[in-house]
Amino acid sequence: MTKSGNTEIDALETAQQPDKLKRVVIEPLTRVEGHGKVTLLLDDDNHVKQARLHIVEFRGFEKFIQGRPYWELPVIVQRLCGICPVSHHLAAAKATDQLIGVKSLTPTAEKVRRLMHLGQVLQSHALHFFHLSSPDLLFGYDDAVAHRNIVGVLADYPQVATQGVMLRKFGQEVIRITSGKRVHGTGAIPGGVNKSLSSEERDYLLADIDQVIEWGEAAVALTKRLFMQDLDHNRSFALIDTNMLSLGREDGAMDLYHGGLRLKDATGKIVIDNLDYLGYGEHIHEQVKSWSYMKFPFVTGLGPEHGSYRVGPLARVNNCDFIDTPLAEAARLEFRALAENGLVQSTLAYHWARMVELLYCAEGIRDLLHDPDLMGSELRLRGEMQHTGIGVLEAPRGTLFHHYEIDDDGLVTRANLIVSTTNNNSAMNQSIRRVALDQLDGRELTEPLLNNIEVAIRAYDPCLSCATHALGKMPLEVQLVDESGAMIDRLFRNSQGVVGVC
Amino acid sequence: MSLVCVDHKPVLLLGYGNPSRGDDGLGPALLEMIEEDRDQGRAPDIFDALTDYQLQIEHALDMQKRRLVVFIDASVSARSPFDYSRLEPCRDNSYTSHAMSPAALLAVYEQVCGKPLPEVYLLGIPGYQFELGTSITGEAREHLGLARDFVRELLLQYSRSSDREEQGIARTSG
Repeated sequence: MTKSGNTEIDALETAQQPDKLKRVVIEPLTRVEGHGKVTLLLDDDNHVKQARLHIVEFRGFEKFIQGRPYWELPVIVQRLCGICPVSHHLAAAKATDQLIGVKSLTPTAEKVRRLMHLGQVLQSHALHFFHLSSPDLLFGYDDAVAHRNIVGVLADYPQVATQGVMLRKFGQEVIRITSGKRVHGTGAIPGGVNKSLSSEERDYLLADIDQVIEWGEAAVALTKRLFMQDLDHNRSFALIDTNMLSLGREDGAMDLYHGGLRLKDATGKIVIDNLDYLGYGEHIHEQVKSWSYMKFPFVTGLGPEHGSYRVGPLARVNNCDFIDTPLAEAARLEFRALAENGLVQSTLAYHWARMVELLYCAEGIRDLLHDPDLMGSELRLRGEMQHTGIGVLEAPRGTLFHHYEIDDDGLVTRANLIVSTTNNNSAMNQSIRRVALDQLDGRELTEPLLNNIEVAIRAYDPCLSCATHALGKMPLEVQLVDESGAMIDRLFRNSQGVVGVC
Repeated sequence: MSLVCVDHKPVLLLGYGNPSRGDDGLGPALLEMIEEDRDQGRAPDIFDALTDYQLQIEHALDMQKRRLVVFIDASVSARSPFDYSRLEPCRDNSYTSHAMSPAALLAVYEQVCGKPLPEVYLLGIPGYQFELGTSITGEAREHLGLARDFVRELLLQYSRSSDREEQGIARTSG
């Protein structure tokens, strides 16, 4: 840790006398899926005394699932989230494999699912970097709001922005071909898949894969260049020291679909390795805090004080020993060289790691498309019914846990989902406290300054997943309220993009 | 890249929303109805129906080679029973969220595709209840029925005018 350690920022979780402080609310967060807000408490000299990220997450999702028949799970869980439905689809499918007593799939089924998953991660990463983050990184955090967006990137960097659109499109096509539809697909079913690829479908994707890989390489180069050109700032911005959690293959290779859990501590030492995720409940607990709807997961062996962790691209690229595709592996080695101990803790390095993974997905898709098993005919297996099913995979934003209990009639009696964004809850809170101390403390707040908070949160690509997007629901509003609760200032951006003060 | 070179029907109906979130599913629900009308011969087979949870940048590519695009969405501000309005490209606030507005998508289309826009309209159907696990409300369902009649008639009119246009071209060239 290059700053003053996590102790200083942890002190900002709860202020001593909050009723005597000014409150600033950033609500809702922009370029973040769903609804969230950040509250800052400031004293009279604008020194930050408290900073919290509040998120309304999968509230009611477990209840939504209870009572449903298990075979519906891979389909209905897609409706939990409009951004990563395929991740929920596959995590639920993995859990239902266990419910019907299938421990390993046919080669065709597993490879079709893996292909679908790589397509999902690729399109998600492309969207996040090119659409949501590149405006900040290319134009700077204080660029005009009207310009700091995807159309601004299209105007100033048309090649970059168009590649982002096309990468996203390619990933969507992989999903469509493996699941039957771009959304609401039914590709994965308990015990397997309901279709394999035809040679025409394989050739259709192969026609573009070399171009996709080339764009993936360019994306890695761009994120690296952007990080290195302002190295000191990018290294220290929102910097925190955390443990890192991810799935990985038994031999240490990156694996987004299946594997054992690995936890590295903040020094890079492996604390847990190849842990069977069926036992996750013994090793990961969730702490409840009165001020947030979202729980705070931690590793039980380290306790709530020291057991929180980060998940997602940063954790995965840090945790794996190697990537089994050549271009992504070369990119991983360059990335890991950033830190002396090989564990990169810089929050903004998420973007770079994300593009390393995008390249891995592109290469992985190419390799799978050349595998004849993809066109096999053995799609599904059956076994003896079980009452418990647990599916875990690496979703674009990090480790995703689905856990179901069913009764003798096959109806869900209990569901527990720990989603990637929940796994990153503690880290996101720590990151905004770091930013609050480093960037905001003692200064008069402005929109560009407050955007620093959002830049830190966006690095994690949180999915708040309400998927309710009805017209006119996404304004930005910042309120400054005095200690008596009276609003003394208000900055807003309405649904037409108009920024004003009243 | 070859992915954009697929055969398209002249009309694209793009209904978006989450079917498990009450009235948020109005767009996909209307598409199901219109597809049923087409299958039963009550609506002409001149459209592709596309559903998604939200609009995103890649939907710009779905608008290529179309003559008419209609976005169909639940709306918290539309007038009863529905609003139907022509859209123009606009750089609005929706660039800053995971979900885009139709007008923002048109701006992306112009930039990415570099071609003139097709005629694009937004059909906004008033919605009231958006909680997970809820169904479409009774009031919204009434709007939905009227919107279905409207879209069916729109497609019929469009089909007739296209036929007349083609006959005119045939006469001219003959």
